[in-house]
Order: sequence, then structure tokens, then C-alpha cells
Amino acid sequence: MNRRILLLAPFGAAVVAGAGFYSVLGRMKTGTFDPHDVPSQLIGRRVPDFDLPAQAPGQGFGSADLVAQGRPVLLNFFASWCVPCVVEHPELMKLSASGLPLWGIAYKDTVPAASGFLATHGNPFARVARDAPGQVAIDFGVYGVPESYLLDKQGIVRWRMAGPLTPAVVAEGLRPALAKLV
Amino acid sequence: MIPELGHFALALACALALAQTVLPLWGAHRNDARLMAAAPAIAVGQMLALGVSFACLVLASVDDDFSVLNVAQNSHTLKPLLYKVTGAWGNHEGSILLWTLILALCGGAVAAFGRNLPSALRARVIGVLGGSSAGFMLFALLASNPFTRIFPAPLDGRDMNPLLQDPGLAFHPPILYAGYVGFAVPFAFAVAALLEGRIDAAWGRWVRPWTLASWCLLTGGIALGSWWAYYELGWGGYWFWDPVENASLLPWLTGTALLHSAIVVEKREALKVWTVLLAIGTFSLSLSGTFLVRSGILNSVHSFANDPTRGVFILGLLGLVIGGSLLLFAFRAPVLAPGGLFAPLSREGALVFNNIMLCSMAAVIITGTMWPLVADLMFGHKISVGAPFFNATVLPLSLPLFAAMTIAPTMAWKRAQLGPALLRLWWVALAALVVGLVTSLGAAGGLAAAAFGLSAWLVLGALAELIERVRLFRIPLADSFARLRGLRLQTFGTALGHAGMGITVAGIAGMSLATQSVVLLHPGETAEAAGYVWKLEGVYDRPGPNYAERVATLTITHNGAVVATVEPSRRTFPVQRMTTTEAAIETNGLADIYTVLGEERDGAAVLRLHYNPLAPWIWLGALVMAAGGGLSLLDRRARVGAPARAKVRPGDAVA
Repeated sequence: MNRRILLLAPFGAAVVAGAGFYSVLGRMKTGTFDPHDVPSQLIGRRVPDFDLPAQAPGQGFGSADLVAQGRPVLLNFFASWCVPCVVEHPELMKLSASGLPLWGIAYKDTVPAASGFLATHGNPFARVARDAPGQVAIDFGVYGVPESYLLDKQGIVRWRMAGPLTPAVVAEGLRPALAKLV
Repeated sequence: MIPELGHFALALACALALAQTVLPLWGAHRNDARLMAAAPAIAVGQMLALGVSFACLVLASVDDDFSVLNVAQNSHTLKPLLYKVTGAWGNHEGSILLWTLILALCGGAVAAFGRNLPSALRARVIGVLGGSSAGFMLFALLASNPFTRIFPAPLDGRDMNPLLQDPGLAFHPPILYAGYVGFAVPFAFAVAALLEGRIDAAWGRWVRPWTLASWCLLTGGIALGSWWAYYELGWGGYWFWDPVENASLLPWLTGTALLHSAIVVEKREALKVWTVLLAIGTFSLSLSGTFLVRSGILNSVHSFANDPTRGVFILGLLGLVIGGSLLLFAFRAPVLAPGGLFAPLSREGALVFNNIMLCSMAAVIITGTMWPLVADLMFGHKISVGAPFFNATVLPLSLPLFAAMTIAPTMAWKRAQLGPALLRLWWVALAALVVGLVTSLGAAGGLAAAAFGLSAWLVLGALAELIERVRLFRIPLADSFARLRGLRLQTFGTALGHAGMGITVAGIAGMSLATQSVVLLHPGETAEAAGYVWKLEGVYDRPGPNYAERVATLTITHNGAVVATVEPSRRTFPVQRMTTTEAAIETNGLADIYTVLGEERDGAAVLRLHYNPLAPWIWLGALVMAAGGGLSLLDRRARVGAPARAKVRPGDAVA
């Protein structure tokens, strides 16, 4: 009897492994699991200190201004040279229209190019600053543009998305995170 | 037209593979000689059809037929011809086709060389191979068709990943795949034995050459991949414990175990159930390694396609092959009659120890590779398991294994005594101790010194085994020489294989002493590292076929004498928008001087200067190991019933 169980053990292990892989694949399909996702070290921490100059048409801001808001803010790193930023832009416009304050940081961009980008595609941002040397982005640990950070009213990072905000990401990631803050 | 022909040939091969599964297995079950006899012909037919299909894909790639999606995505008119040919399998769809082609070649080989097999066993083996082939061809046809057309066809293709445009990597996949897929044959033999409920010494003798052949190819393939990583990636490392590297190492470890346990089945008819499990396990690991990595589940630089739908298909297929065979194992393994008994301290015991250590290493590597996924899935932690874990776990397991490798071949079957075996090896032990001490007095740390000592133990131990066999200095030299000539090729093969491991161990130990420095040089300036002086002569542009190259010229001197002039470079591939580094490696067989050109700033170039002692030995050792395996394969007695070639004397034929 013991021998039987022992001989069945490899099959059992294979079944467990197969079930594990199956659940991973299922969750990858629905987008709730991404093995390549690397979490931000900033989650649960206060935004790094910074102070950035203005980027037309907005008004520059610093970390103190973000905290002084006293309400959740979505901070978005973007650039005129970035193709996925164009992809996510309609989603940003929708979010802005829904009443969520969006603040933007133009990453490694020139002033005319970034303002031209916002003129062409619309400006969802309450305030826009510019980070031409990309120094603040390093403090945030930005992977690449676009990248978005949801801050609560104390200025603590609660959610982050590396890559474009698609309708699915907004519905399954941003909205639930926002709901927890209110 | 040609892609359609290839597509049709693939479908034909798939249909033939289905017939190859059903007819012989049914025939063997019903003991129908006619159905069983059909097996080899169908297997050869399937192989030919798949060969045509593969040739069509290569032709489409060489012809720059960008109306084929696969070619458009991976080729470019300017790509050199060699890479147009090898590019046919340098992508997901093409590599699956190559995979099935090699599996079909295995089926064809069993059909061609298996004439001496009992017909039921042969029919079952070919049937099982056909079943696996059919599954993967179905996958190719339904979920990753290499012949899909696009309309309108683009004017030019998107070119191949520049990292893959390298002669070393052109031949790495076919060799590695041949190794992976070759283990399908021992697997098929194991499943056939379970179906028959019988394993004997002849079975062991049949399985061993197939295992050995795949093992040699896998050894070569892994070594080639590691060598490519060494010179192409330009990091100066040779093994990164990347999931894909681990996936190739796992079947190698269990395959090595299988190689040794099959000896016990052949010689002593023991360890049957375990050997069958190893045969199934090795092929299962090959399959999982090739395919699960591709599904994008594991974080790896190698994953081609990140498509969960394909992943589910593959998983179902793997479930059928692996789960089915393991279920069969659970129910049929008790039928296999246990064979010869042995004391723990015996040749069999030593081989069991070998199996335990190799499988423990495999288990540790599986754990380390899968743990990030498990942790993420179950606890939501993002972690990565890297070299420190693997080095800390695999090295301690390998040390006792290396120690036993030299002793085991001198032990007797059934019951042995450790004392006399060790006494015979006294001079080897002494030499190993001296090497270890000398290196530890030198630059080497404790672990590296131990590794140097062990490598001497392995190489000299292999020599000692041969000396022992010919009784050198104990009987007259002429008699020793006569004995040497009478030794079986297998004995030389074993000695060579074990010595090769020793050479690789020395190379790895040497690489742990490697030094590197990063310097910023203006033309005319010099930098010194590891006793060598590098002088940057200049940096210039050089055009390439499908890339632009920036080349630095450096002169390396040692004690004032010029050692070499090297030209490390950076290549920029405009179509793929990628840059690759071409390290310049100057080797003298004992050490590599490895120079990498980095970015340039204000007229100065960033250079990385490495000095890698014994680096070439890592791959030399692998080559020697594979050569040892090849030598064993040449041993006529390793092949069942292979008759000696009769010497035909002139005149005999007429009589």
C-alpha cells in the first residue's frame, strides 16, 4: 500500500505543478497577474522631496504642494516623444473629467515639445512641472514613461502603474485603489 | 506556393504521426504482426514529410518571402545568408517546427536502427514517439503556424534580434534541441516497458546509447549557450542562473543520473522502477524546460512569446504527455520484477549515491527557479532568486559527488570495500591535496582551492582508473600495453567524461578569481590590470552588412612585450534599434584577456578590462565530456546485437 502511494507521488507532484501553472496562465489572461511586474519601493511611503519648475501651460510644483492638496492626486510622468503616452492620453482626459486631480511631470522633454503635446491632445493636468534632467524620476524609481502614482491626502504613494493606463488598468487597478482612499 | 507546400507537408506529417501512434500501439496490444510492421515505414514517412516542411520554411526565409508573417517578423533583406537560414528556427514558430523535426528524426532513427528490437517493443516505442510528435505538430498547426501569410506583404522585414545574429547561437538551438528531444527515446522506451510490464538487461542496453547520445548533445548545447553568453553579452560571466539556463541544466542533471542508473539495469537488473521514473522525468523536464519558459510565465530574457493562450494549449499537451506517463507509471511500475540485490557499499550503491546527489541538485534548482513564482502566487511577495542561492546550495551538493566520482569506478559490483579502493588512489589523493594547498597559498580562497583540488582529483582519478585496469608497473610494460589495447572504448569514454568534468571544475574555480576594472581612456592613454597594460590606440567607425560598428583598437603589453592587438566593438542595428557589444577575447589557453568597449564621453572611451584565468577550460571540459560520451557510443558492445563487421577476403565471394 505504501509502495502504491510512493509510486503515485510523481503523478501527484505533476498534477500540483500543472494546476499551479494553469492558475497562473488564467490570471495572466485576465490581467490580474503579471510575473514580470516589479513593484515600486515607494508604495506605502511618502513621495520623495522635490521642487520642479513650471512647464507651460501649467504651474510648477513640489512635493509640499502635493501634500498641501489634502486630497488624493494622480501624478503622471509623460513625454511628448513617448508613443504609449499618446495611447493613454484619452484615459487621462476621462479621469480628469471625472474629477480626479491629475498633476503631470514632463520627463526629459523640451518646453515647446511638451506644451505642443498638451495643446494637440488636450491638457488633463491641473498643474504641470518639468523634469528635464530626469533627476526627480530617479528618486521616484520611474521605469520609463508613462508612469503614474496615486497619492493619498497625506502624500503617501498608494498605487502605481508602470506603463500606459488602459481602461482595464483604470477599472481593475486605479479605481479600487482610489475607492479605498475615500 | 512554397509556404503552402510546407503547410501541407506539416499537416501530412501530423496525420502520419497520428497513424504512427494508433496503428503500432493497437497492433502491439492485439499482437497483430502486420500492424506492428507498419510502424517503421510510417515513422520514416512522417520524418520525410516534416523534413520537406522544414525545408520550405528555410527556403521562404532565404528567399525573403515577407508575405510569410514569420519571415517578415524575423528577417530582413540585408541580413547575412547564414542568419537567414538559422533565423528560420530563431523564433517561436520556427523553433517548434525544428523541435518536431528532431523528434521525427528520433522516430526515424529508432525505425532504422531498431531492427534487432523485439517487434512489439519497437512498435510501442515508435507509437509513443508518434504520439508526442502528433501533439506538438497539432500545436504548430493550430496555435503557432510558421507558414501564416500576411496581406499586404511588407517591403522589408523587421530583422532578427541582433543578439541572435551570431555564429555560436546559430547552432546552439539545434544542438540543444537535439539533446532535449533525444531524451524522448529513453522516455518512449520507458513507457513501452511499462505497457509491456517487463524490463530486462537488454532494455537497459538499448536505452543507454540513446541516453548517451542525447546527453552528449545536451552537454554540447549547454556549453555552446554558455560560451555565447560569455563572449556576446559582454558581461564577462558564463552562467547566470537564468530560468532558461536552469531549464537546460535540469534535464542534464537527471539525464546524467539516468545514464548511470541505466548501467545498473544493464549490468545487474536492479533499480528498474527508478530508472523508468528517471527516463520519464528527464523528458518531462526537457518538455517543461522548452515550453513553459516560452509561455512567459517565468521571468526570462529568452521568452519569445508572451501569450497565455498558447500557454494553456502547451500546458494541456504537457499534461497529457507527462501526466499520462506518470499515471501509467503509478499503475504499472509494481509489475516490474525487482532484480539483483546489492550492499550499500558497492558499485551499485555508489551509482545510487550519484543519482541521489544529482537529483537533489535538480530539486534545489527547480525550487530556486520556481520559488519567485510560488511566492508571488501564494504570498504576493515579489522576490528574485539569484546566483547566491544557487551557489550556496548547488556547490555543497557537488563536492561530495565529485569526491565519489573518482572512487566509484574502482569499486566492485554487489559488495565492495572502501579501504582497498582508497588505497589504490593514494597518489591521486596526495596530488589533489597538494594542488589544493598550493592554490590556497596562492590567490585562491577556501572554496576555490577545494575546487582546484577536486579537479585534480577528478582528472588524475580518471587516469588512475585506466592505470589500474592495465596494471601499469605491476606487470611488464608490454603486458600493460596489450591490456590497454584490449580495453573497451566505454572504459576510455568513462575516464574521458569524468576528466572533462574535472577540467570544467578547474575552469569554474579559475573564473572565481577573475578580475575586472572599468577605465575611461583617451586615445594614447594606458591602463593597467592583472599585470597587463592596455593602451587605447584609437576609436573608429566600421560599416557592417546590417549594422554600424564602432571599433576601439587597443594594444596589450605584458612586461613591455606586446601580447596582442584587440578590437572590441559596439554594433548598432538600425532596424531593431539595438546595440550589441562584441567583446575582444585574447586567449592563451590558460587565461582570457577580455576587453569590452562601453560608451564614449568627450573623446574618451569607457572600457572594461577583464582577466579571466582558466576561462576556456569551462567549455573545453564540456567538449571533453561530450567526446567521452561519443567514444562510449562508438563501443560496438554498447549496441545490442551489432554484429562485428566480417572481414571480406577477396575470393570468398566467388566460391
